[in-house]
Amino acid sequence: MSLSAIIESLVFSADAPVSLDQLCDLLHEYERPEIKTALLELVAFHENRNGGFHLVNVAGGWQFRTHSSLQQYVVRHVKTKSVKFSQSALETLAIVAYRQPVTRSEIEYLRGVDCGGVLRTLLEKKLIRILGKKDIPGRPLIYGTSKEFLETFGLKDLKSLPTLKEIQALDDVPHFEQQEELLLDSGNSPSSATQITFNLPE
Amino acid sequence: MCPMNGQQEENLLLIDGFQEAYHVRLDKFDGPLDLLLHLIKKNELDICDIPIADITSQYLEYIRLMKNLNLDVAGDFLLMASTLLQIKSAMLLPRNEDNPEDEDETDPRAELIRRLLEYQQYKEAGMLMGARALLGREIFTRSYPEAELLAANQEEGPLELELFDLVDAFRSLLARIPVESFHEVAAADALSIADSINEILALLQERDMIEFDDLVRDDFTRERVIVTFLALLELCRLRMIRIFQNTHQGGIRFVPAVVEETGDDIVATV
Repeated sequence: MSLSAIIESLVFSADAPVSLDQLCDLLHEYERPEIKTALLELVAFHENRNGGFHLVNVAGGWQFRTHSSLQQYVVRHVKTKSVKFSQSALETLAIVAYRQPVTRSEIEYLRGVDCGGVLRTLLEKKLIRILGKKDIPGRPLIYGTSKEFLETFGLKDLKSLPTLKEIQALDDVPHFEQQEELLLDSGNSPSSATQITFNLPE
Repeated sequence: MCPMNGQQEENLLLIDGFQEAYHVRLDKFDGPLDLLLHLIKKNELDICDIPIADITSQYLEYIRLMKNLNLDVAGDFLLMASTLLQIKSAMLLPRNEDNPEDEDETDPRAELIRRLLEYQQYKEAGMLMGARALLGREIFTRSYPEAELLAANQEEGPLELELFDLVDAFRSLLARIPVESFHEVAAADALSIADSINEILALLQERDMIEFDDLVRDDFTRERVIVTFLALLELCRLRMIRIFQNTHQGGIRFVPAVVEETGDDIVATV
């Protein structure tokens, strides 16, 4: 049996994404670089196969997932969870994702509204979790995103979220193009002075 | 908020025409910052140079409309209204000419502008996140067969139940009982939850455990079933019974939650 086949069987039979570390633990008779190569071959194989599912890196592990383009067929027999997010839930989730660790009052300041209900719903859905208490007066709870968040949103890790700078750049496209014409004369590099940048906590 | 009777009447007249149009829109605003951003976009204004007087009056107009439409105006909206008014009045004050270097610092709008810009970013980030292909919506994984896992769990004894399982059981029970096609004119038995509670407690004293299906006989009327169910919920709330399910999808069972000696005290307080 090839190593790729062994890895495929492990990922196939697991009920959650399997990480490279887990694979190395399970396959102690193989070296880590071998496992990594075989895994990447497996990923490429499934990608080139153009099948109904592929091997995806989510939440720090590997998992077989269907292609999103096949949604309309899959839902015919799979009971779908009602994954519906209100605007307020998404905003709150975005703030927690980008600003974690974050307290409720920080989220409420950013959104300008009470977030108690939304936070409770997100906690119930296990998309966020309580990381602990902040060492300031009142010792408020601090929130962060969970593994389920990465799995649900199909993210490899938090770093694969688009940065806020990139998001703003998307929005600024027409503005940007206008400016480029002017810049031909001045020779300045295009930069937006109003941009506020945030770095994700490592 | 001070009542402005004359103006309110005027607004009511105005609203008659706009009610439909505004009603749909107002639901969309997700807080005062969202409303402000909407007003800025609608008027094609630059966030960094908001004409506070205009925006404040438009903002207050929306709040008045919300109130007149009987929508709950959350305190957050009122807080922002007072912030706007405060900024507006601060802008009317003459600038301190002696101190030109901290001109940016003294712009009363600076804080609000910063919050708006920040909020806008997270709003967009949230929209982008919602547009992703989500697990369970667009993307699916193989569902793991849980039968074996459940078999392994069964030896661990009864599972504690979620309230929703109880409600499900109740719904299937109601479905079993035919809808009566006639109305009784004669006064029916007076149904009370207290009676039903006593009945269940009496049953529980006889035996340690009752099955959900034992509690409700098929000849019960819907009202009787509902009262029994409410009694069960009340007993749960008072923590006098515990609900169990022996297997997944199995029958739901009730056991007394209190030990004998404290049981009497609680019954007395019901």
